[in-house]
Amino acid sequence: MASSKSIHVEVDGAAYTDDVEPRLLLVQYLRERLGKTGTLIGCDTTNCGACTVHLDGESVKSCTMFAVQADGRKVTTIEGMAQNGKLAPLQEAFHQCHALQCGFCTPGMIMQSASLLKENPNPTETEIREGLEGNLCRCTGYQNIVAAVKSVADGVEYGDSGVSVAESLVEDAESAGVS
Amino acid sequence: MIPSAFDYAAPTTVEEALSLLAGADSAGDEVKLLAGGQSLIPVMKLRMADPSLVVDLGRIPGLSGITDDGASLTIGAMTPHHTVATDSLVLAHAPLIAQAAQTVADPQVRHRGTIGGALVHADPAGDMPAPVLALDAVFNISGPNGSRSVAAADFFQGYFTTAVEEGEILTGITVPKYGGWGSHYEKFTRVAQQWSIVAVAAAVRLEGGTIAEARLGLTNMSSVPLRATATEAALAGCELREDAIAAACANVADGTEPASDLNGDSAYRRHLATVLAKRAVLAAVGLSGRKG
Amino acid sequence: MTATATSKPEVGTARLRKEDAHLVTGRSRFTDNMVLPGMLHLAMVRSPFAHARILSVDTAAAKGSPGVLDVFTGADVAAEQGSLPNAWPITPDQKAPAHPAVAVDEVAFAGEIVAVIVARSAAAARDAVELVDVDYEELPVVMDLEEAYTDKVLAHTSLESNKSATWVFDSAQAGTGTDVDAELAASDVVVERTMYQQRLIPAFMEPRSTVVDPTGQQITMWSATQIPHILRLMLALTLGIPESKLRVVAPDVGGGFGGKLQVTPEEVITVLAARRMGKPVKYTETRSESLQAAHHGRAQVQRLRLGATKEGIVTGLHVDLLADMGAYLGLVTSGVPILGAFMYNSIYKFPSYRFECHNVFTNKAWTDAYRGAGRPEATFAIERMMDELAVELGMDPLELREKNWIKHEEFPFTTVAGLEYDTGNYEAATQKAVELFDYDGFRAEQKRRRDSGDTLQLGIGISTFTEMCGLAPSRVLGSLSYGAGGWEHAQVRMLPTGHVEVVTGSSAHGQGHETAWSQLVADRLGVPFENIEVLHGDTQVSQRGLDTYGSRSLSVGGMAVLAAADKVIEKAKVIAAHLMEASEEDLEFANGSFTVKGTDQSTALGEVALAVFAAHNLPDGVEPNLDSEATFDPVNFSYPHGTHLAAMEVDTETGEARILKYVCVDDVGVVVNPMLVEGQVHGGLAQGIAQALYEEAVYDDAGTLVSGSFVDYLVPSAPDLPHYITARTETPATSNQLGAKGVGEAGTIASTPAIVNGVIDAVRHLGVKDIKMPCTPARVWHALQEAKTTGGVQ
Repeated sequence: MASSKSIHVEVDGAAYTDDVEPRLLLVQYLRERLGKTGTLIGCDTTNCGACTVHLDGESVKSCTMFAVQADGRKVTTIEGMAQNGKLAPLQEAFHQCHALQCGFCTPGMIMQSASLLKENPNPTETEIREGLEGNLCRCTGYQNIVAAVKSVADGVEYGDSGVSVAESLVEDAESAGVS
Repeated sequence: MIPSAFDYAAPTTVEEALSLLAGADSAGDEVKLLAGGQSLIPVMKLRMADPSLVVDLGRIPGLSGITDDGASLTIGAMTPHHTVATDSLVLAHAPLIAQAAQTVADPQVRHRGTIGGALVHADPAGDMPAPVLALDAVFNISGPNGSRSVAAADFFQGYFTTAVEEGEILTGITVPKYGGWGSHYEKFTRVAQQWSIVAVAAAVRLEGGTIAEARLGLTNMSSVPLRATATEAALAGCELREDAIAAACANVADGTEPASDLNGDSAYRRHLATVLAKRAVLAAVGLSGRKG
Repeated sequence: MTATATSKPEVGTARLRKEDAHLVTGRSRFTDNMVLPGMLHLAMVRSPFAHARILSVDTAAAKGSPGVLDVFTGADVAAEQGSLPNAWPITPDQKAPAHPAVAVDEVAFAGEIVAVIVARSAAAARDAVELVDVDYEELPVVMDLEEAYTDKVLAHTSLESNKSATWVFDSAQAGTGTDVDAELAASDVVVERTMYQQRLIPAFMEPRSTVVDPTGQQITMWSATQIPHILRLMLALTLGIPESKLRVVAPDVGGGFGGKLQVTPEEVITVLAARRMGKPVKYTETRSESLQAAHHGRAQVQRLRLGATKEGIVTGLHVDLLADMGAYLGLVTSGVPILGAFMYNSIYKFPSYRFECHNVFTNKAWTDAYRGAGRPEATFAIERMMDELAVELGMDPLELREKNWIKHEEFPFTTVAGLEYDTGNYEAATQKAVELFDYDGFRAEQKRRRDSGDTLQLGIGISTFTEMCGLAPSRVLGSLSYGAGGWEHAQVRMLPTGHVEVVTGSSAHGQGHETAWSQLVADRLGVPFENIEVLHGDTQVSQRGLDTYGSRSLSVGGMAVLAAADKVIEKAKVIAAHLMEASEEDLEFANGSFTVKGTDQSTALGEVALAVFAAHNLPDGVEPNLDSEATFDPVNFSYPHGTHLAAMEVDTETGEARILKYVCVDDVGVVVNPMLVEGQVHGGLAQGIAQALYEEAVYDDAGTLVSGSFVDYLVPSAPDLPHYITARTETPATSNQLGAKGVGEAGTIASTPAIVNGVIDAVRHLGVKDIKMPCTPARVWHALQEAKTTGGVQ
């Protein structure tokens, strides 16, 4: 029988040492061993991106990696994005732009968006869409997700009125013409 | 979603990896080499692969990275697609490979998936084999009896089958520099995140306003990537006009028997190859139309 | 004390969602996140065959596998598992096979469960699946719907025919119109076409998951469901458990789209396993299992005949429908085509209509509700046919539609299908869409490309639509033999601090009810939006409800909330009058306070709530309780409508169809939160476009689902979809006090025909008359080749 391996992983700033079966996927380690249930599983073929986390700062699908492969490395999940009780800019932007409905794809979308902006801080709309090609959303039709990512790239500062700028986004859309 | 149990080893040298393979072979264990895992892990999750031993190549220093050998580049087998797609050496001397790497799957997969893994996996719809074939790269393979080199033309042997024998490891590929060549990888899919339905890799050298030399690799037109040598010959001397290039590419699918599946039947793929070949060559010579 | 200043109304404001904070930070409560002490895990052994007799099931090896505590088969639970419910017997003689959660004698689709593993871990359960040895005798399969109708091969050996039921609506018989055969015979033009609604998979992002805890006094189930209330009732009926002993919780639910409007075998099995083990049990499906065994949608063949005068006045429509049930009747499988039956006439006012539907079994996963449920199919049919008729008559397709639609001054209008449309303004929505789209500009560009023989051809796709939303007046559902009513329930509870708890029977799974209901109550009670908490999705908290589907939440559930809030005001008024020593008749309620008319004397609702809590000084005979509940049963459906326009570019070399511009103008009545409406429209468009271009559940001849993972079932991602240009017109509904109509399904309904009409319009001049959905590049290219070889048509 397969023997377990000891791994040392830093997840969301905390160090963990655990014995894991080699077949344990990173996403299962995060969810089942660390209780990091913010990272979700939406498929079994590496298509949906719901499980996206950062491995040493780069986005990866944590369902397509064994936990043993993360030994000695640093993982950031959606639960490590907010700092000192303040939402990360992408988290705030997703809220402000109504970029989520059921919220199941959201952790993966936010993690991939962060990776995309790190690699390309000033993406066009097309580049944002292409950068999110590995993340499926069934609720939003993507438009508001794209708007949220763009707004972070553009450095939009949101107020705390509790009311969305979505109405003005609609106005923009009307005059946008051919996409 | 949960693979069968397996033993795991993470060697830190190629030699150690080779001896693990040899040991597994004599013990009768089914062993799989784990590179980026982006194809292997999904099939293990679906239990379409149940190795008893997984040898992870991810801890071997020196298998990843790109080196300039003067007249050629060597790309380490464990170099992630993302690195291949953005590396300045690859972009300068083998942009066709960089461009193809950028079309593989999605960004997350490109962060983990490796060029070596993709080449040894040899999925007929995979994007790395055809460009590498078109550019006549050399495959560097280590085995129990030392290292050997295999020409690209001899590397892909069948459906998911390559010249890498059991007990051997692909350590990298060496790609000749194509100074002054234009190139383009034209990939056709129904949705963005999809394996190629058909794709065409083209590299073209111009001389005095006509095509002097062309190299064409076809993705997913057979169980292995194909060189379109007849079309390459037809393109030699071709003027830089769309109709001339289209005529030269019209028979690119001759002799091929591509598969039929949900994304298209064989006849459609054969037609698509002619369109994509034309577009790839047009883009490679800088005559890209509205569809890039 | 003085009344507070009038604040901006919440209704109509794009309030940011209360739901977001926990979802963007990963503090989600999806069912699969749950862990309970001693929890066991299930794995399902599923049939690889689409039709087979189960000769034996050998579980010995699986039982001996490490970590496995129990393995059971259909035979083991035959006495207790009952038959999964179908709540909509559309005819008295509807035929249906027994539907055990775990198959006992026969399996009728690939993916059907034949044995269940219970183990200490999900991995141990999964490992043991391989060890169950099932001896099957393969039986002939029937996969094609039209072939199934002939009964040459039977999907179930227990049934004599594949035909489940035939349901007819005829306007001459119903007295809502004339005889369609007579009208068509007298028509100048009759267009006859067959349309195919491919099989789709709802593909909610959260795979279904169920946790059942049998410890304590009650069985508690957490499940990824749209319908906790209906599920509780149906589980009670199916398993013979008193309803009072069952609590069903739908925690965070990751999308549904009709796909979680079901009582599933997996839910029943999880209860059975938990009862057997006396321990909490969890089952979470893989995506592959979900695609294979969660219910599918659409899957119809529509034979259509549309008649008109040469001036373009439509005379009648005949619909002969084959509806693929798949292997079983799920909760509302049989009724889905009937939901479409009343919509084929859409926004038009032709005099005669006949709809004849045959529900037919095949050896595939069963179909059931998927976003729009029957109405997208109907809208597709009529909108494709209107385009075909326009071509036949040489008329602009918009002009043809305008000639036939109900004019805004003609409302209320009783349709040929017998529905009374209360309001609508198709002219206004269409005009706005045409302006935003630049219809004339695209027509000119289309002509230019046609004339020059461009390889990139341009098509303009048009679809208007209306739908019946706000399911539904209970008596109407009764007349259609549906097994339940269409009311909705709500409670409003005043807390001593002046904060409010709203309890709703509408069970949201992404729509934003917590935000919208807070807005409704904030305006009605004059309580700040932030001070309102909306509770839902737990039968112990929200005891009564009929859940969320059919764009019903606001127009039915929202009205129940408002009615309950009104009752709070009524109750509070008595006490406020007492506190201020005034007469009730002299009080008026505004902005959260009761004011004695003509004075500045007032008492805030919160003050009344505190006084009620203390109960020191209440009028005689008045109970110390402001809480109220209300049940709202709508008097009519609501009828949102809209006009969608798509500019489609077809690459004639590859057959690829691309969306250059998409404009939709929807009229969903009065809007509570424009941001939420916008979101619903976007998501609906994405799913409707996906039907037109990308998605199809494909089986091979042996009955295996070929599109069995997201590698082959093509859910589009961001680069595959366009930037939508959306706008609204607003014609209030009269069937509810708010004037709201419903928006959940609108985008899905109209976008599919708009896209397909656009694709065909782009290549029609090349001889193409139809392309089956999804309009894949290969299909478009083949259609072009065929048109070439036949020399083109027209």
